[in-house]
Amino acid sequence: MTSGGLFLGGAALLALLGALGVAATRNVVHGALFLILTLLAVAGMYLALAADFVALVQVLLYGGAVSILVLFAMMLTQAPDQPTSADRHRLPAALASLLLFATMVAAIHATPWPGSGATQLDHVDFPTIAAALFTTWAIPFEVASLVLLVALVGAVIIARREPGE
Amino acid sequence: MIPLPQVLTVSAALFCLGLYVVLARRNGVFVLMGLELMLNGAALNFVAFAAHGGGQRFLGQVFALFVIVVAAAEVGLALAIILRLFRLRGSANLDEPRILQG
Repeated sequence: MTSGGLFLGGAALLALLGALGVAATRNVVHGALFLILTLLAVAGMYLALAADFVALVQVLLYGGAVSILVLFAMMLTQAPDQPTSADRHRLPAALASLLLFATMVAAIHATPWPGSGATQLDHVDFPTIAAALFTTWAIPFEVASLVLLVALVGAVIIARREPGE
Repeated sequence: MIPLPQVLTVSAALFCLGLYVVLARRNGVFVLMGLELMLNGAALNFVAFAAHGGGQRFLGQVFALFVIVVAAAEVGLALAIILRLFRLRGSANLDEPRILQG
């Protein structure tokens, strides 16, 4: 196995470990830290899959912004040393997700994947992605910025304390 | 050459663990974390297929970027809603609000 394959496998292992931690722990802070582990490990997988720019965005947006936002919301809604209230539908939820996982794995292994076009990964450089984003996908790109703007203005209005409260 | 079925299995596992968290948890912040796991699994699929397919292989990466942007918008808005619920009800559990029930 090549070093790239080892790196990919290690990152995948860490990502699964973090996801298992999120599913298992009842402490919100531990859950958030496990989530950050998963997000950074997925960024590592992106690196191994030749998606440098996506890995960078993942670290910046997920590892930075989203995890801080989650920790912040947790700080405002939960005493950190208290476990969250007990969950009610664990068994059906576990059964449903296991069933879905089994179906997906069966489908993945039943599909004859065509061999890769390239024998080795050539990394996609930033200008290529930038050209695609600002030419072919310019309209979705601008709509995405509008979505962000609307969502954040909405978040401010929803979270704002009203005079009566 | 990447091991495509293995990577797809990992992303399916991420998605299903996220689904379990979303279905089983009552705490809204945890439900959001599960959603993030599911979105990450989906985006990982896009990047894996982009790395596997030849030709215009960056298109999957562009799609993953859009997934990440939409996830950022979603998490901001949802956390604001959870904050509001907490102020209104004194708890972040999502199965407790019955305000809209007739």
